[in-house]
Amino acid sequence: MTDVPVRREKLKSSWIFRPGVRSAVIQILLVALVVLIGWFIYRTTRQNIITQRIPIGFDFFWIESGFSISQTLISFNENNTYARAFLVGLLNTLFVSALGVLFATVIGFLVGIGRLSQNWIIARLCGGYVELIRNLPLLFQILFWYLAVLAALPGPRQSFTFFGDIFINNRGILMPKPMFGDGIGIVAAVAAAGILLSIVMTALARRYRVQTGTALKTWPFSLLLIVVAPLFVFFFLKVGVTVDRPELKGFNFNGGLRIIPEFLALLIALSTYTAGFIAEIVRAGILAVPRGQTEAARALGLRRSKLLQLVVVPQAMRVIVPPLTSQYLNLFKNSSLAVSIGYPDLVSVFAGTTLNNTGQAIEILGITMLVYLVISLVISFVMNIYNRRIALRER
Amino acid sequence: MSAAFVRMETLPPRAAPFAATGLWGWFARRLFATPADIAMTIIGFAAFVLVAMPLFRFLVFDAIWTGKDRDACLNAAGACWPFVAAKLNQFVYGFYPYEELWRPNLVFFVGALLLIPLLIPSAPFKRFNAFLFFGIYPVAGFVLLTGGNLDPQRFLLGRFVRIPEFIDLSAIARFIGVSGHVELGSRGGFRGTFWIDFIASAILLTGAVAIIARLFGTRFVTSLKAMAIVFVSLALIIAPVDADFGLRWVETREWGGLLVTLVVAITGIVAALPIGVLLALGRRSQMRLVRWTSIVFIEFWRGVPLITVLFFATYMLPLFLPGGASIERLVRALIGVALFSGAYMAEVVRGGLAAVPKHQYESAAALGLGYWKTMGLIVLPQALTHVIPGIVNNFIGLFKDTTLVQIVAILDLLGQVRSAFSDPNWSSPTTLYTGFAFAGMIYFVFCFAMSRYSLFLEHRAGSNALRVEGAMR
Repeated sequence: MTDVPVRREKLKSSWIFRPGVRSAVIQILLVALVVLIGWFIYRTTRQNIITQRIPIGFDFFWIESGFSISQTLISFNENNTYARAFLVGLLNTLFVSALGVLFATVIGFLVGIGRLSQNWIIARLCGGYVELIRNLPLLFQILFWYLAVLAALPGPRQSFTFFGDIFINNRGILMPKPMFGDGIGIVAAVAAAGILLSIVMTALARRYRVQTGTALKTWPFSLLLIVVAPLFVFFFLKVGVTVDRPELKGFNFNGGLRIIPEFLALLIALSTYTAGFIAEIVRAGILAVPRGQTEAARALGLRRSKLLQLVVVPQAMRVIVPPLTSQYLNLFKNSSLAVSIGYPDLVSVFAGTTLNNTGQAIEILGITMLVYLVISLVISFVMNIYNRRIALRER
Repeated sequence: MSAAFVRMETLPPRAAPFAATGLWGWFARRLFATPADIAMTIIGFAAFVLVAMPLFRFLVFDAIWTGKDRDACLNAAGACWPFVAAKLNQFVYGFYPYEELWRPNLVFFVGALLLIPLLIPSAPFKRFNAFLFFGIYPVAGFVLLTGGNLDPQRFLLGRFVRIPEFIDLSAIARFIGVSGHVELGSRGGFRGTFWIDFIASAILLTGAVAIIARLFGTRFVTSLKAMAIVFVSLALIIAPVDADFGLRWVETREWGGLLVTLVVAITGIVAALPIGVLLALGRRSQMRLVRWTSIVFIEFWRGVPLITVLFFATYMLPLFLPGGASIERLVRALIGVALFSGAYMAEVVRGGLAAVPKHQYESAAALGLGYWKTMGLIVLPQALTHVIPGIVNNFIGLFKDTTLVQIVAILDLLGQVRSAFSDPNWSSPTTLYTGFAFAGMIYFVFCFAMSRYSLFLEHRAGSNALRVEGAMR
């Protein structure tokens, strides 16, 4: 037998083929690219700012704004600074978003449950609502409410009047404004403390129930803490309340509390639009609860209200909460459409008027985007924590 | 003992009670089951009648159907349709020059012709069709709508060295007969310096890339092929845009209406696809820096409202570009929309990537496929098929969001309708409502059709999945 020469090919393998080296090179290249683009933008922007003589820096914040704002939660006039205008806009954005979330949730849950109703006509109406609302652009709906509905209301002298003191006309809704005397702050503090205490109490009672199986009745104490105690303080301190009623003077109303039509249009459009999406989420969530769960609960003899409260809703919520969060975030971001009808939100006041007056696009848009970004991230962070708490713990 | 009577056959079932069957049973169950139900039925019916009847009367019975100007509609209690008829061109094309309207019409027509077979799952030649729609159609559409003939000056090399124009390519082109018209000053035909620059840059870059790639073990032929594909497709995109087809230049300022709505929505979604795929792959990458770059990019654009993105594109983007480089308003908005929808698309694609089973990756690795081949041949085709309904839903959202461009002074359909309200020739009590009704119907028809299509795809995917599961058992 002859030896068969074994040909040994030397395997081509150099350090360059190692995955670690490759990924390091790719990552270094990526960072270099990002830095390069950033540097290019920085350089050209600086050049442009110099040639176009655009002021830079944040000094504009402390200049007098020189404009007034139609709806403010804190006092504001022409002599106030842009910084305060920014704050006013931000508060208005948060205000309309918070109310929008509230109404959208209520309407959305009603419509979503309504779509599953045994009643044919209710199910159909809710279905029609969802289809109509979801297939029209939000801006269309805002403009519709603002231009076609609210602007078409009669003028102040022909207002619709309710209960003698509430007037609805093309200037918005006017209603009596309660003016509280001194000491209302203490009442509010007591109420806040009451709410906090009852939350703690409910949590403790819940823990007790989980440990021992005995349910404790907490609601009478909550009522006492939240309603009765503040009322007691209110009368004990003789805070007193006077009412500032709106009155027709000439062609317009004086006094009272005015809800501007821009706010109404935005609020109605935002809540009804988002409600259409929430309804679908709620429907999907309820349908996701297996039929066996309901049947088992019935077999155990639970009443319908207990069945919903203890079996269906907790399971449906696991499916509902994550997409619900993103709907809330959408509503918050969509509130920026306020700029189209002139509701003084953050974008309208700050990225609109202030930007036009100062011309400092980079600082102003940067801040505006940052504000939205931070709030979005905070909301999704909080909702993620809540979501983790209610998520199914598999044992 | 006699047996007691034993029944030998089962009794036939008794007929269902009268109140549980037929129309009456349906009424009893679905409308009048309980007193509360009866109340809800009555309230619901009343609400429907109260909304539907006036709406129907406004749109049809009380509407004015003929007329020349506002006089016809002054006393109208219903819609003023002659207003829509008179403004229809504006609503669809904006202020696109009247004698050039055949161009957008051709773009609409070809688009529909290519899109419809693409949407029908059983239509043949999907690949070719998709190539036509995503590859050829955008370039052709761009040339048709703007007029093309962009006359690029420099490519890459030309930014560093001066290219001598020793061959006049435009003369050759004119000789062949590609370009006859020279209308707008410097515009006209192919520019020699650009194409010399292009070819020189292509050769240099290809060489450089091939040498660097060789160091990493890629064969020369492979990188040459890849670079050739890149530059040939680049040339195929630039050449028609550069060529002079004798079309008049129509500035985007003159565009408007449904044309702008469709251009923004379709450009947005077509540009979003590659951006989204890259970002989604980046977000699932093993490399930490790549992953974090993608996450920051995606979350940034998803965390801010589209309005601020459009403001950013309108006011800040011009500052980012070298002095004098001004880009048109519409193009700026398009860049903003593309980045924005790219981030949303990334999340849709990521969902699809997560749905591809792990054994697909493992089999690909076992076959010896590299990263890009695994992704391109195995994973992405499955992932993208999964998320087609998601992409369609994304497109519906984008289509609705295009209305926002009117805030940065680009008149889309809604913007055109809105601006037509202030025309004194047509000011009448119902002009506003007619405009809203018209715009609403257009948006509704588009969005509703697309959402039904997406549902159809989902059901199809669902039944397919069932069938596959069944076959595997």
